[in-house]
Amino acid sequence: MMDGDIRQNTYDDGSADTLTGEQRIRNFNINFGPQHPAAHGVLRLVLELDGEIVERCDPHIGLLHRGTEKLMESRTYLQNLPYFDRLDYVAPMNQEHAWCLAIERLTGTVVPRRASLIRVLYSEIGRILNHLLNTTTQAMDVGALTPPLWGFEEREKLMVFYERACGARLHAAYFRPGGVHQDLPEALIDDIDAWADHFPRVLDDLHGLLTENRIFKQRNADIGIITEQDIQDWGFSGVMVRGSGLAWDLRRSQPYECYDEFDFKVPVGKNGDCYDRYLVRMAEMAESTKIIKQACAKLREPAGKGDVLARGKIAPPKRADMKTSMEALIHHFKLYTEGFHVPAGEVYAAVEAPKGEFGVYLVADGTNRPWRAKLRAPGYLHLQALDYMCKGHQLADVSAIIGTLDIVFGEVDR
Amino acid sequence: MAQDLNELGAHVAGLLGEAALGHAVAFGELSVTVRLDSIPAVLAALKADPACRFSTLVDITAVDHPERPQRFDVVYHLLSMYTNARIRVKAEVGEDDMVPSALPVHASANWFEREVFDMFGILFSGHPDLRRILTDYGFRGHPLRKDFPTTGYTEVRYDEAQKRVVYEPVKLVQDYRQFDFMSPWEGATHILPGDEKKA
Repeated sequence: MMDGDIRQNTYDDGSADTLTGEQRIRNFNINFGPQHPAAHGVLRLVLELDGEIVERCDPHIGLLHRGTEKLMESRTYLQNLPYFDRLDYVAPMNQEHAWCLAIERLTGTVVPRRASLIRVLYSEIGRILNHLLNTTTQAMDVGALTPPLWGFEEREKLMVFYERACGARLHAAYFRPGGVHQDLPEALIDDIDAWADHFPRVLDDLHGLLTENRIFKQRNADIGIITEQDIQDWGFSGVMVRGSGLAWDLRRSQPYECYDEFDFKVPVGKNGDCYDRYLVRMAEMAESTKIIKQACAKLREPAGKGDVLARGKIAPPKRADMKTSMEALIHHFKLYTEGFHVPAGEVYAAVEAPKGEFGVYLVADGTNRPWRAKLRAPGYLHLQALDYMCKGHQLADVSAIIGTLDIVFGEVDR
Repeated sequence: MAQDLNELGAHVAGLLGEAALGHAVAFGELSVTVRLDSIPAVLAALKADPACRFSTLVDITAVDHPERPQRFDVVYHLLSMYTNARIRVKAEVGEDDMVPSALPVHASANWFEREVFDMFGILFSGHPDLRRILTDYGFRGHPLRKDFPTTGYTEVRYDEAQKRVVYEPVKLVQDYRQFDFMSPWEGATHILPGDEKKA
């Protein structure tokens, strides 16, 4: 008899096969993924179902494991930077940021003000990129098709800003230890500013599509509720924390770069369910737009002008200097072959990535290569709690919960 | 900030008593070295103490130092959202040692310990489900050990004749390029005093 078969053999005299207790009531095991549109990548879930109720959920991850941490041990600090774009490929620059901060802490580098502003600007663009993808595709998981189409149009515009800054839409490699790779042209800042003026209207449109939508609310409200205790037990961060009413944001509580001089609010939810996390993400996009506006204004001020790299051992010399100075030329050659050396020590640098706390634990041994680099991805912990969150929910809620966890397998599997 | 961390370090050292082997503040971060067998007790104490409240486990990882007699370091990063502080807890682990699992204290330790086991082969005693997590089903070896080659030992391909994926020993067309930048004068036959390779 097949697994979950409901037929029972009966005979002419009215008797039936005797079934053991286990045969009579038997849970149903199904595979969810690894090729499932609602799995947000290569996630394989082994679900144990009692009817439609999820009894157990065992995520099998690692299908996208590329051994990033091992590869990083045999490459120089600068060569390692592009690997960070490939972790959470939805908001690449936020990951690079953590790597740069770790190196800068160990080497004691002070980032020039303009570079710092540009980093804030692009980190917030990354946050909007991420939240646009997450809110709209989560809506698709619960049955709405239009939101991703509308959201991706805006993502495309932001990708163009990425491209105009660094030449690549996704794999930016734009944040460098000591600053950012290239300065932004004035026209680009104007265009970003103009985009930030227009974006709130798009957000309103998305609100109109989803926020009061009956189906969307039914699928998300009171689903996957997280309490303060769960947050501590499972090590949640980012929106997963803020959705439950805790105003915990690393940009505010442990400010890095120059976030302390920006005016923004930390949105929090009330009930800690999927619907509140959606609302928090939408509100965060509005706040990020404000930060973008402020960053553009600050970049136009005289104090915001200047160099974008802390010229020194860990950054290349200016192109013009290389034409006249032998030392600059040698430095350039040494930097891009041997790479810079980082003093021995260990440091943990964390940023508030769109998905939560993204951290880099860097152990340096004084050479040009990291001895050990551990990438701490927020999605890893969020996915770990999937079993806990799904237990007792309906099968259909699993995809809503996966969507709200905001997982991307680039960073979970590393 | 550094002053606060020193105070916190002294407080933690007093709290942990003889479980703590030492504490240091470097690069604006507090790290405490503890005895291996006391790890769950240390984490529980740091979680319960009202001045610490390190209730969020941020990360567990390990670092391999093959030249040391106690080969590995296991590293725990903790965060307190209430006091807005971070702490690093470290312990040395030999190749044959078992690390007591942190699962009774932090539910989130589960996957972290599986990952450390997968990558380094460090065993955690008391872990209910110590399976591999990131590597392939049926993978052999522990990739993040320093003696594991970056290229690995096996490669996979789809075999048209057998109609399935087959595993074969790694065959490289070109050697894995590992440049040695540590020599200041490459190719010199005799080395001037002071130009010796640093380790």
